[in-house]
Amino acid sequence: MTDPIYKTDALIADDIEAYLDQHQNKSMLRFITCGSVDDGKSTLIGRLLYDSKMIFEDQLAALENDSKRVGTQGQEIDFALLVDGLAAEREQGITIDVAYRFFATEKRKFIVADCPGHEQYTRNMVTGASTADCAVILIDARKGVLVQTRRHSFLCHQLGIKNLVLAVNKMDLIDYDQEKFEAIVADYRKFADSIGVEDFTAIPMSGLAGDNITTRSGNTRWYDGPVLIDHLETIEVSSTASQAKPFRMSVQWVNRPNLDFRGFSGLIASGTVKPGDELRSLPSGKTSTVKSIVTMDGDLDQAVAGQSVTITLADEIDCSRGDVLAAADSPPEVADQFETTIVWMDDEPLVVGRAYWLKLGAQMVSVTVAEPKYEIDVNNPSGSGSHLASQTLHLNQIGVCEITTDRRIVFDSYADNRALGGFILIDKITHRTVGAGMLHFSLRRSQNVHWQPTDITRDHHAAMKNQTPRVLWFTGLSGSGKSTIANEVEKKLALMNRHTFLLDGDNVRHGLNKDLGFTESDRIENIRRIGEVAKLMTDAGLIVLTAFISPFRADRQLVRDMIDAGEFVEIHVDTPLEVAEARDVKGLYKKARAGKLKNFTGIDSPYEPPEDPEIRVNTVEMTPEEAADYIIGRILPLK
Amino acid sequence: MTEPQTLTHLQRLEAESIHIMREVAAEADRPVMLYSIGKDSAVMLHLAKKAFYPSPPPFPLMHVDTTWKFQDMYKLREKAARGAGMDLIVYQNPEAEERGINPFDHGPLHTDMWKTEGLKQALDKHGFDAAFGGARRDEEKSRAKERIFSFRTATHGWDPKNQRPELWNIYNARKKKGESIRVFPLSNWTELDIWQYIMAENIEIVPLYFSAKRPTYEHEGGLFMADDLERLEKVMGYRPEVTERSIRFRTLGCFPLTGAVESEAATLQEVVQEMLLTTTSERQGRVIDKDAGDASMEKKKQEGYF
Repeated sequence: MTDPIYKTDALIADDIEAYLDQHQNKSMLRFITCGSVDDGKSTLIGRLLYDSKMIFEDQLAALENDSKRVGTQGQEIDFALLVDGLAAEREQGITIDVAYRFFATEKRKFIVADCPGHEQYTRNMVTGASTADCAVILIDARKGVLVQTRRHSFLCHQLGIKNLVLAVNKMDLIDYDQEKFEAIVADYRKFADSIGVEDFTAIPMSGLAGDNITTRSGNTRWYDGPVLIDHLETIEVSSTASQAKPFRMSVQWVNRPNLDFRGFSGLIASGTVKPGDELRSLPSGKTSTVKSIVTMDGDLDQAVAGQSVTITLADEIDCSRGDVLAAADSPPEVADQFETTIVWMDDEPLVVGRAYWLKLGAQMVSVTVAEPKYEIDVNNPSGSGSHLASQTLHLNQIGVCEITTDRRIVFDSYADNRALGGFILIDKITHRTVGAGMLHFSLRRSQNVHWQPTDITRDHHAAMKNQTPRVLWFTGLSGSGKSTIANEVEKKLALMNRHTFLLDGDNVRHGLNKDLGFTESDRIENIRRIGEVAKLMTDAGLIVLTAFISPFRADRQLVRDMIDAGEFVEIHVDTPLEVAEARDVKGLYKKARAGKLKNFTGIDSPYEPPEDPEIRVNTVEMTPEEAADYIIGRILPLK
Repeated sequence: MTEPQTLTHLQRLEAESIHIMREVAAEADRPVMLYSIGKDSAVMLHLAKKAFYPSPPPFPLMHVDTTWKFQDMYKLREKAARGAGMDLIVYQNPEAEERGINPFDHGPLHTDMWKTEGLKQALDKHGFDAAFGGARRDEEKSRAKERIFSFRTATHGWDPKNQRPELWNIYNARKKKGESIRVFPLSNWTELDIWQYIMAENIEIVPLYFSAKRPTYEHEGGLFMADDLERLEKVMGYRPEVTERSIRFRTLGCFPLTGAVESEAATLQEVVQEMLLTTTSERQGRVIDKDAGDASMEKKKQEGYF
């Protein structure tokens, strides 16, 4: 057994004040360990906890017990059992999720993200890597650089981890052979160069035997580099490094206890700030100077990256949650189209064109993702075949994609600033976090297209027609009566001198959308174009009626998000499938039942009814004319 | 360019916790802070004051009470809420009260009815959609994998297989109607961090953490404090033999369930010293983790325990 990391028991007993003083001023490093169970990852972490006395006696007793019962090390302590958390994982003998572990030495507190190594857990590894300052990549000395070593290194590099440690483990099993170690390092260096990793530190070690982890091993006298703990104690923490960058802080919360105080609260992402500094608020671009940096312990003379503060400004400028306060002379960019790398994290694949929420800092906007330019082969990220053609992204796949947000957001490239370049994607219906991404740069076209301000505004258009624009969006099964009712509504509105236009399958599919087929992304593009046309028509002051099955909630949500609040009226033409099928005006249900028509809504493709439509009409109880009257009653006065 | 200033681990932990609390205040409709009156709750409350200063924290403080807490805890509860300028909500499960559920006659049902059920009822009654809790990942193995934002179904269940990925410091707080989030701003703190912070920030904690001469009795091999002898006698059916001992507590809960340790540690320094030299882990004094073997905390959480 090697010496524990804490050699300070005596100090604790003799001079607790001195001990506490020493520990009061520790810094903190977050790192991730990558490798599979076979590489001895859990054993290494178990040992770090054990050696730094983060295991108590009762836990140790349980560990010894378990080691004998279910351990893989015979009568020896199986450190891996210490770190396997959830019951499901124990049964399967693998680590499924990201677990966070803690240990401390005299110089540092460490937070370890313990991540599974298999390809199907890329999602978990990316999660663990997102907050890490350093990555410890384990390899089994007997096996050398494997596919998974390449995958782990590539992912850590993508997530911007600058400090890589190549832990060549199980050296005891190759008799601490220097030549074999050096061959592995040379092999790895070749790979690291090919993916753009500038530097790494290779350490020969044994987690089981304890070589070069906390103390220098007598078994590797040929090795003169650092031992693992010494190395982890000295590498620079990224929040310290980011102090040299320009000031950035996302405003999380506006602190307004009374009319005399208005403070902007947030976590400083980079740089430093002092009273008197000139700051720019983005996206507005307005500038002011820092009046004070307020904390409960008194105002500060200076605050740095990594601190949570509240800043007051000398002038009343418009600034709210999601805005970014930045150094006035080097502000971040503002744009709405970007090139990004996206990691897909959900069982349901990415749907190109569908609107998702994007959260970046405290900004939350609607976003659509274009078809990937390519998918990256994570197992072979540097080879000539590393770019794979792909129409979408599935769970654990990574691709380079262009994205478009519905309004401009404040950002830095991920390489410059993780806090303003990293984002998550959220499904609008399930609310799950379905993806994570890194912004690389904005696309020029978004900056060059400027809105042409027109003198005749949409309000003018509407006022001339003496009406309020609306989009009446009819949705329902085929044969539910959408077109019939929409037609009735339009006729009645025309009699009331309202200016309307009806968009339906015939006038859209034969012209504007004749290039679109019936694949999922075509279907979304179809709806998107209809939405855009409807929006233009409302700008022109019209009342637009649309009659499309539009079976998916997400698609209807996409259009709702485009249209001004209150102008979108979702009308569910609610007809039970049996009734619609019995009507079968166009004979389509019969064909679908016979298998001659694929993906037919209600038969072999789902219809997702609106959960909370503005209007619902029941066509079993109402005639089309009654339904039309009911709808008009609900939307009046239209002024 | 000035020399970069390396933040200490306590400064970084503080900044992270404050960031988490502000995200919840900004995104949840009706947040609440659960307050157990223990040392972790004291730290969490202190951080909330800091996060929103000079405003008071924009949410109430809620104690899900079992009626069996130590008298000293009830005293500090009122004082702490006043000091923070927050509304205090105390909830006691009326059904547990009616059935006279107590730690002696009802065993695990005591925790289930007063705490687990009580918490669910309290959250539903007030329509809280986000609740801060003081749990730490270093406390217990299944906690090590829980997210900072932990989702609960409309029936308050936890599904460890279906947790949302949490990247950088971006939290997804979106949820369906009826679903709620438990938020753990102290996730990355260890027991030592908590003590160091209490010391550095001079945070008031319940005096029971410090050693003093207190009336004690032994029960089923454990040492307990006779905090309310009359009541003990009523439920135990006899008057336990009481002796004065120098004791303190490493963790606080219901007084008949919380084991005391004999100790002379009467100051913060001495308490930390004792903690660092001692070799039994914090939760051992509590009976709750053990009743279903290894996976018991995970099971409790799936059922809605905090």
